[in-house]
Amino acid sequence: MKLTLKVWRQKNGKTPGEFKTYQAEHISPDMSFLEMLDVVNQDLITKGEEPIAFDHDCREGICGMCSLMINGVAHGPKQAITTCQLHMRSFNDGDTITIEPWRALPFPIIKDLVVDRSSFDRIIQAGGYISVSTGSAPDANTIPVPKPDADKSMDAAACIGCGACVAACPNGSAMLFVAAKAAHLSFLPQGQVERYQRAVNMVMQQDLEGFGNCTNIGECSAVCPKEISMDTIARLNRDLIVAALKGIEPAAQPAEARAG
Amino acid sequence: MSEIKNETTTRTGVRSVEFVKSLESKAPGGPIEQRWDKHRFEMKLVNPANRRRYTIIVVGSGLAGSAAAATFGEQGYNVKCFCYQDSPRRAHSIAAQGGINAAKNYRNDGDSIFRLFYDTVKGGDFRARESNVYRLAQVSVNIIDQCVAQGVPFAREYGGYLDNRSFGGAQVSRTFYARGQTGQQLLLGAYQALSRQIAAGTVKMFPRTEMLDLVVVDGRARGIITRDMVTGKIERHVGDAVVLATGGYGNVFYLSTNAKGCNATAIWRAHRRGAFFGNPCFTQIHPTCIPVTGDHQSKLTLMSESLRNDGRIWVPKKKGDTRRPQDIPESERDYYLEERYPAFGNLVPRDVASRNAKQVCDEGRGVGPGGQGVYLDFADAIKRLGKQKIAERYGNLFDMYQQITGENPYEVPMRIYPAVHYTMGGLWVDYNLMSTVPGLFVAGEANFSDHGANRLGASALMQGLADGYFVLPYTVANFLAGVKPGGLSTDHPAFAETEAEVSDRVKRLLSINGKRTVDSFHRELGRLMWDECGMSRNDAGLRKALRRIPELREEFWQNVKVPGDGGELNQELEKAGRVADFFELAELMCIDALHRTESCGGHFREESQTEDGEARRDDENFSYVAAWEYTGNLAKPELHKEPLVFEYVKPSQRSYK
Repeated sequence: MKLTLKVWRQKNGKTPGEFKTYQAEHISPDMSFLEMLDVVNQDLITKGEEPIAFDHDCREGICGMCSLMINGVAHGPKQAITTCQLHMRSFNDGDTITIEPWRALPFPIIKDLVVDRSSFDRIIQAGGYISVSTGSAPDANTIPVPKPDADKSMDAAACIGCGACVAACPNGSAMLFVAAKAAHLSFLPQGQVERYQRAVNMVMQQDLEGFGNCTNIGECSAVCPKEISMDTIARLNRDLIVAALKGIEPAAQPAEARAG
Repeated sequence: MSEIKNETTTRTGVRSVEFVKSLESKAPGGPIEQRWDKHRFEMKLVNPANRRRYTIIVVGSGLAGSAAAATFGEQGYNVKCFCYQDSPRRAHSIAAQGGINAAKNYRNDGDSIFRLFYDTVKGGDFRARESNVYRLAQVSVNIIDQCVAQGVPFAREYGGYLDNRSFGGAQVSRTFYARGQTGQQLLLGAYQALSRQIAAGTVKMFPRTEMLDLVVVDGRARGIITRDMVTGKIERHVGDAVVLATGGYGNVFYLSTNAKGCNATAIWRAHRRGAFFGNPCFTQIHPTCIPVTGDHQSKLTLMSESLRNDGRIWVPKKKGDTRRPQDIPESERDYYLEERYPAFGNLVPRDVASRNAKQVCDEGRGVGPGGQGVYLDFADAIKRLGKQKIAERYGNLFDMYQQITGENPYEVPMRIYPAVHYTMGGLWVDYNLMSTVPGLFVAGEANFSDHGANRLGASALMQGLADGYFVLPYTVANFLAGVKPGGLSTDHPAFAETEAEVSDRVKRLLSINGKRTVDSFHRELGRLMWDECGMSRNDAGLRKALRRIPELREEFWQNVKVPGDGGELNQELEKAGRVADFFELAELMCIDALHRTESCGGHFREESQTEDGEARRDDENFSYVAAWEYTGNLAKPELHKEPLVFEYVKPSQRSYK
């Protein structure tokens, strides 16, 4: 296959970026999308040019490190997969493909297609856990968990934290990410004690980081490689209302939002 | 383990402790079931009020690293944790699919701590230390408790209690799982515990930061040199103890099921600073991976070996048969595992299945592009059980296969081929998980300890979390209790010298400006290692590799091309540093494989096999851990032996006929 790539190149967060056009030749339909970029990069290096920087690691759809807006769609045209799981047979010979980084204020660009997603980590630090120190747990079978609840918890826990939901959202909202973590823990009996405080803290941190509000558009769930349902957002909103009725305020010391 | 020999005050006024190296395992004696309890009582403690004065450096944020960093933080130590990924949640533990073993005996089917211990020692082909393995089996039960309390959504039965399955041919159901994403869920549990400590201020996290060297002061690990992968800044970090939890080195083969970034730099640099490397040649090859499709291949994808429960493995009888599988009649197919191992058939252990696949492909009977593949055929199972049933059992795996290959496994047989999956070798550690460098601890896949020459399925997750949550918090405390906190700044000459070496190396890589890319060298090294130090090894092949590796390494340092500069994100530079270290480690792996003329577990020496072609162990000559010391000459490392004594599980020869 022969393809034309329009790739976002940006030296660093301070320098403006631009699209550059590259010809990708001798592309096999068996290649993954990232292997196609590998091939382009090997060419660039040999020609003495700087290769295209992009994030990736496990290349099997679970680590959440890869990203990319491909022709304007987060993780490309196929449903329920990450960019690393996308194969070139999903494209046609002669296609032009536009490749961009995630674009959102709380995901500043580091270089080319690489962005900084540490805002997600700070949301988890604000409360996305159960406070249990090592050694203090009772026997694992002490508290039975109804199977349907455990299954729903697992559905939400499948989130890989890639940020596609934010990149796809016209508001740049992280609600699906936050709601997935809230639902993962709130479906379990172990997660009940901190349930409402957790919801309030994570949402507060989300706001501090500069993510937008959710207006139920649904782009997030549509591009989510793990098909996290928007029901989780409804559930989180319900928890926020309960928290308000209970008079639960955000914890005194939020994780500090990234400076700048 | 080391002894404190004497204490002196150096001319800079820094109190120093001199240590001597030895290969004593420090495993306590007495009845095996009491050893860990006894040892825990005998170990020293650090007063809670004093803990914040000690700094512990943890490198790596997978199961072992995150668990350790979080637990140290909870206990009140001052922790610095480092990972090369953009978030600690992305460490490669996340990719483990199958499950985690624990001797809970919830199924009442005969499991016990002793049985898990027994299975692990036997599965490791009698090349692991009994005391360590017993402790692993003991704490396995606490791991499940901890994870459930953290909110790990393990699979449950309708009554709400935890579900278990039998895994990897085990005769009991002791594997806990969270769909096909057990590693992900356990890692998220540890990541959340770690996040809580980061918020509490006990742990400072350094993502996108790579450890490039270990700083040893007066014989003791006192810090690390890192590179900030975004700014390129080389930095010094001082601590009272250093924990390496940086995973395995399967990427020395270029193609493996590891994540692209997995590397051996941290453990290799520590090795060069005095940490012995244990059993480097012990590598696990997994039989059910999706075959390579071409030179562009960047990594291999594993499919759960549960597929072998219903799929039948075969190749054409005729060499170079290019007919479509459906056009090859039954009489011209060779179901070679069923033929050769009638008792176990397609369910023979990983190493046996892998070696046989290689053998038939080497005979020219492999299928698919390049002839590096065998069929895994579900036609009979679909006929017997119906497509619906097969879809229920393996639907997600079939989808994944189709996604990657473009072929529908309900209609045409899958093609599979073995791939490098796990490295049992790693830095040598004593019972306290301390390396031969005092103050340097090694956990998880990065150490050599618990799996011997072959790891059982669902035991990697168990070991990572055991080390991180339940072993290091005791043993590191014991070490710290014997040393005064702090007393050293990063201005110490050892930091300056090590930093200078790291900076020089980075500059050198950037200045070569040769003709070949890093990847092209890595591919060539990987191919060589796969051919000569992979599924089966022999004297001539290993000697050939030992001639070729130094030549290739020399060419690398003369002719590699690393574009860009060091002061910014530079992924080629990162790769170049890692590949440079793989070149050195590869040589040690081959030296180790050459010296161990027996076959054991994942290490198959063609010269040491039974008449049936099975691995033949040589307990008389090789019942020891090979711990290699760096001597300054890569070709001549010094071998130290830790003898292995089996008091509880008597060595026997495996047979699957």
